[in-house]
Amino acid sequence: MTDLPTVPVGAPTESGAPGLRARRPARPRRSRAHRLSRTDKAVLTVMVAVPTALVVGLVWLPAIATVILSFSNWDGIGGLGTIHWIGFENYQNVVTNYPPFKPAIEHNVIWLAVMFLLATPLGMFLAVLLDRQLRASAFYQASFFLPVVLSLALLGFIWQLIYSSDQGLLNNVLGTKVDWYGDPSVNLWAVLVAASWRHTGYIMLLYLAGLKAVDPSLREAAQMDGASERRAFFSVVFPVMRPVNVIILVVTVIESLRAFDLVWVINKGRNGLELISALVTNNVVGEASRIGFGSALATIMLVISLVFITIYLATVMREDT
Amino acid sequence: MATSTVTAGGALTTTRDTTRARRPRASRVTLHVFLAVMALLWLFPVLWAFLSSFRDYNYTSTHGYASFGGFTLENYKNAWEQADFGRHFWNSVIITVPAVTITLFLASCVAFVLARFSFRFNIALLGLFTAANLLPQQSLLIPLYRLFRSVPLPYFMSDSGILLDSFWGLILVNTAFQTGFCVFVLSNYMKTLPHELYEAAMVDGAGILRQFFQITLPLCRPPLAALATLEITWIYNEFFWATVLMQTGDKFPITSSLNNLRGTFFTDDNLVSAASVLVALPTLVVFFVLQRQFVSGLTLGATKG
Repeated sequence: MTDLPTVPVGAPTESGAPGLRARRPARPRRSRAHRLSRTDKAVLTVMVAVPTALVVGLVWLPAIATVILSFSNWDGIGGLGTIHWIGFENYQNVVTNYPPFKPAIEHNVIWLAVMFLLATPLGMFLAVLLDRQLRASAFYQASFFLPVVLSLALLGFIWQLIYSSDQGLLNNVLGTKVDWYGDPSVNLWAVLVAASWRHTGYIMLLYLAGLKAVDPSLREAAQMDGASERRAFFSVVFPVMRPVNVIILVVTVIESLRAFDLVWVINKGRNGLELISALVTNNVVGEASRIGFGSALATIMLVISLVFITIYLATVMREDT
Repeated sequence: MATSTVTAGGALTTTRDTTRARRPRASRVTLHVFLAVMALLWLFPVLWAFLSSFRDYNYTSTHGYASFGGFTLENYKNAWEQADFGRHFWNSVIITVPAVTITLFLASCVAFVLARFSFRFNIALLGLFTAANLLPQQSLLIPLYRLFRSVPLPYFMSDSGILLDSFWGLILVNTAFQTGFCVFVLSNYMKTLPHELYEAAMVDGAGILRQFFQITLPLCRPPLAALATLEITWIYNEFFWATVLMQTGDKFPITSSLNNLRGTFFTDDNLVSAASVLVALPTLVVFFVLQRQFVSGLTLGATKG
């Protein structure tokens, strides 16, 4: 999994082309297509059609196919003709007849809760602290941001050095013999520490960029009115940051839903580390390929994510309309 | 988005300086202590991995990690050889370089059309692209897996004979998944380019292709550089697709080869740390050398016209 590519956290680029900084006075609308020659029209069509075909063909059509397959009991071996349609039976089985489903849902919810209640607020808090003229600010920022360039799979390796049961640092320091990655009563929390380590830095970065774009005169005005720094943040800056807040919320939700690499590299998402994403994968590439059943799980993920993607799009595109 | 409020840097600094003067000294110290402690806490896991990677296994297993000494470079040599790192690094290059190049090119094409003309379907198209890489990868896995298994490739392209278990498949899927984000960022940037440039070019008789290659692309160097940095890191770090769409062990790119390494290195954490440092190295280079590009890539796309 790569990072959730979030975008537009209101930061001006430092290296923009000349004239990009200030909002330009009204300029002529972008031109319409009617003045174009036939060649130009053909070129434009190709420029849009090829990437669109790629994205539709490899992202959207498979997503739709997943939904359709979730109503079948296909084993993935026979041709498409062997598909039987069984209505909502897969969903019924997922809920009533599939022991790992309940823990997986619980773990995803715990994951989201930890990110939402601890990692994200911590990242925002660090961003607020760093959003001022501070000596060594670059050093602090770089430290928090360092984990963001590392892959989540690699995180599993790096934290193994701290968590492993006999050679791990943690057990050596505490004098314990806990198998932090293996023991199902603690491993989720151990993994969440590693995931939060990265997520905090990521949120710090996004939020800091957002904060830098807030009009300083707003804060100044609040200070003139005698508001304390805390008050100024909560009653002036935070509300202005609404789009960034929404984006960070959506990032947190979708990242929590897509969490996969870390648990997969540790134990393929079993034994205390069940996550929906790992269940889907296990049902497709694992020992039993249960296409219809796996698709039902995947569709559940898809529906949840689409709700938040819609919120995200509504937020980032508001200015485009 | 609070983009219309960008103020000149000078004004910003002055206001901040007065704030600083008024702030009591003690709270300033507390702030620095807090941030320094947090920063060290954040750096610690990486520093620890770095340190352990130079320790001899026999030394640390008898003296414990809290000792000093037993420094060696052997772990790197062993990790490199046992894990066949040279091959896996090369696999990462084979996948990452074309995927990033194609992604940026295709995204520039779409972004150019979206930014330059106002067709009725613009918003829908932008949504289609932007949403595409927010979807959970697992929800596309089943049909894609089937599709890749049924697409034949000539043997000179893929020794598996199909798109599954081939570099082409991974390049395609990474490109499809990452294009959306780049379209979004680039189209926002392109919308800020002065329209008069195109008017002038059209008066000179430049067609769409010349406008794209000679005006738009050169002006988009900053976002392209930032996106390239970001995408190289992401595709290099990509784990899921390579894990499920590759099947032959020696074709895995480095990040997903980690999955098989845990078994190999299970008994020796110092080897694990040397491997971690090796895998992290390219992204650490990005971190130290191209940090500004990376950060501006993540936070770019806000300069809306």
